[in-house]
Amino acid sequence: MAKDKKVKAPKAKPKKLWLTILFSAVSLFYVMPIVMVVINSFKKNTFVKTDTFALPNAESFVGFDNFTKGMTFGGYAFWKSVLYSLVITLLSTFLIIFFTSMAAWFISRVNSVFCKTVYYACVFSMVIPFQMVMFTLSKTADTLKLNNPWTIPIIYLGFGAGLAVFMFTGFVKSIPLEIEEAAAIDGCGPFRTYFKVVLPMLKPTIISVSILEIMWVWNDYLLPYLVLDRTKYMTIPIHIQYLKGSYGTVDLGATMALILLSIIPVIVFYLTCQKHIIKGVAAGAVKG
Amino acid sequence: MKKKKKTYSTAAVTSRLLRRPIRRAGWFFLMPMVAAFCIGFVWPFLHGMFLSFCQFKTTSNWKWVGFENYAKAFADQSFRYSFGYTALFAITSVILINLLAFTVAYALTQGIKGTNLFRTVFFMPNLIGGIVLGYIWSMIFDGILGAYGTSILMDTRWGFWGLIILMCWQQVGYMMIIYVAGLQAVPEDMMEAAKIDGANGWQTLTRITIPNVMPSITICTFLSLTNGFKLFDQNLALTGGLPYIINPDGTSVHTTEMLALNIYNTFYGQGANSRGTAQAKAVLFFILVALIGLIQLKSTRDKEVQQ
Repeated sequence: MAKDKKVKAPKAKPKKLWLTILFSAVSLFYVMPIVMVVINSFKKNTFVKTDTFALPNAESFVGFDNFTKGMTFGGYAFWKSVLYSLVITLLSTFLIIFFTSMAAWFISRVNSVFCKTVYYACVFSMVIPFQMVMFTLSKTADTLKLNNPWTIPIIYLGFGAGLAVFMFTGFVKSIPLEIEEAAAIDGCGPFRTYFKVVLPMLKPTIISVSILEIMWVWNDYLLPYLVLDRTKYMTIPIHIQYLKGSYGTVDLGATMALILLSIIPVIVFYLTCQKHIIKGVAAGAVKG
Repeated sequence: MKKKKKTYSTAAVTSRLLRRPIRRAGWFFLMPMVAAFCIGFVWPFLHGMFLSFCQFKTTSNWKWVGFENYAKAFADQSFRYSFGYTALFAITSVILINLLAFTVAYALTQGIKGTNLFRTVFFMPNLIGGIVLGYIWSMIFDGILGAYGTSILMDTRWGFWGLIILMCWQQVGYMMIIYVAGLQAVPEDMMEAAKIDGANGWQTLTRITIPNVMPSITICTFLSLTNGFKLFDQNLALTGGLPYIINPDGTSVHTTEMLALNIYNTFYGQGANSRGTAQAKAVLFFILVALIGLIQLKSTRDKEVQQ
């Protein structure tokens, strides 16, 4: 493979220059909505609607007022929403990775009728829209007290297990059995075989699944909205929706400031893990 | 991108050395996930199925009514309208998203300068949640339409095309990634053979490239189709179903309301008496989405075998 590459003709041809120029223009256009958020988060409320596309001028510029106002805007501290979003996302992702990878290994190694049933139920659950279960799920969560940020990850584990089990099982099946047999002959029980031998081999799939789950849970609106006790706990999407929904005359400047604050971590996360994110998304899409 | 096709699932059953000890540890490996799966999916799903045949206000206070809820759901004009609207939206967005994504992916695999930067930019909107996206775009659309003294909530057409623009902005990057992976897997020797035989760019595209990326096209088509049908957050945040029209009989139809939002509003916006109908609508919605999803799973799996 490496030799083939050397033989290939040089890639960039000068005649494709117009494509680069075209795409630069399109890319600029593409980031405009984000730029608009940045611009408008520094504007006075009344100017957001009337002069949306203008840069802030002496009259409309308010500095960081929108950000300080936004922190307590709507009677709920914004940092609390950020914190709860973070807790829910990290805890859910960890639970999903930990338990579904074990289950996937068990399913493909034991392969009994029960295991197959669980597996097909998981595949089936992947195509269920949330609206189908939302009413009964929120009641179940209420009954079992799974309605706070520390216990809602169990709901995420249950509802999000499908894709994770599917992806892990697909990968586990390609691991040669001889490796585990060697471990067993050397005296490893199932626990040591799994944690010392199998789990390290699952790393690429763990990264892909984590990326998909993080993207899902962090941005999820309806599930936490229906399950969480909203008087006490909000996540970022709930908070933003709450600001927009409950105020007749919403402070658009402050809302834009909060939107900016909520997408900065996402963009930082994206730029630092870009390679893994794109790979993970491609893997997830191909699988289902 | 070559995938290992050999699997060891049958060997697992015969390898006693592994199977029996693992099986004994099932309470640890399998049961936590199964328990959560029952709480988070199996029970709510079965319970929801059951309740769709009941008149209920809360989950404990129900009365069996058979197919009455389904009859009501079919008779509900807003539900039928939202079905048509959703289908129209899904089909339009599938065509536009895939055309744009394929074009971008094709251009970005030609080895032009700045490919990585463009890819980064195009994919970025995918990481932003639907609610936030909706509000960003509602600000932009209102900024444009505000100059003409109107807003996106005033006209169904604006709501429709606004949502299409939003979805294209979000999804083109995602589909592009899948198309790029497909395009990079097109065998180099085939392209070379076409060149030697004197095929021009268009012929190479239609006779070599597109047949070879057919699996990616299937995946993207189905993905964007299910995304279109299941769309909720963006719909809620951008227009929330507005504007609405009032029928002569007093019922109202929200003209940019899609299926998922219609079900949500029936559950939580119309009082406890319509919950049975809402659950029946949800079951119908699930059957529709599941059918599309299962066809997709089957078609991608068939493709895998052929490769």
